[in-house]
Amino acid sequence: MPYGERRTWAYLVTALLVPSLYVAAVLAGPGLARSVEGEFQAPLLVAIGAGLVANMFFVRPPRKGRDRRDERDAEIDRRGERVGFIVLGAAMIAPLALAMLEAAYFWIAHAAYLAYVLSAAVSSAAKLVFYRRGL
Amino acid sequence: MARPTKVTNRIRELRFANGRMTQAELADRVEVTRQTIIAIEQGRYSPSLETAFQIARVFGATVDDVFAYPEQE
Repeated sequence: MPYGERRTWAYLVTALLVPSLYVAAVLAGPGLARSVEGEFQAPLLVAIGAGLVANMFFVRPPRKGRDRRDERDAEIDRRGERVGFIVLGAAMIAPLALAMLEAAYFWIAHAAYLAYVLSAAVSSAAKLVFYRRGL
Repeated sequence: MARPTKVTNRIRELRFANGRMTQAELADRVEVTRQTIIAIEQGRYSPSLETAFQIARVFGATVDDVFAYPEQE
């Protein structure tokens, strides 16, 4: 598997794994009801930070002389990011609507987090489809 | 599976005509990944004009000798 595709798989795994672990930790820990009413900022920030660190850990830099990225990788990356941007734009309507409805900060923040997660996951999935089916 | 590009090519034929050059060798000479050569050969990717010229140069051919585009839609 070429470096670009391997890197995309790593992004997808991170995009799905970290939020899943976060949700599991919230449900197993304080629970949803208590999180909505209580302090949710710190765990959410930890989840966002963990996502960044996990990307650095899973998404290895290219090995000198072995991994090569070329114009096809760049084009797939560009098109995948465009798909992700469309998803992000659509998904950000949810936190905006929640804010207008004066929903709890918990739901607004998590709707925004979900929008970023969806964007990253769909963008990575789209890139993998482009790698397999062509541009 | 539908071919995403209408550009056809003779890369496979030319590789065999040039001492059975492997996809990896061609990829190294053009400085792209082997997967990109595979994708071009299978019509799943249209290379940039620059890469098309580089591929043609490896075979000592013109771009028209290597790549073709259908006359009509």
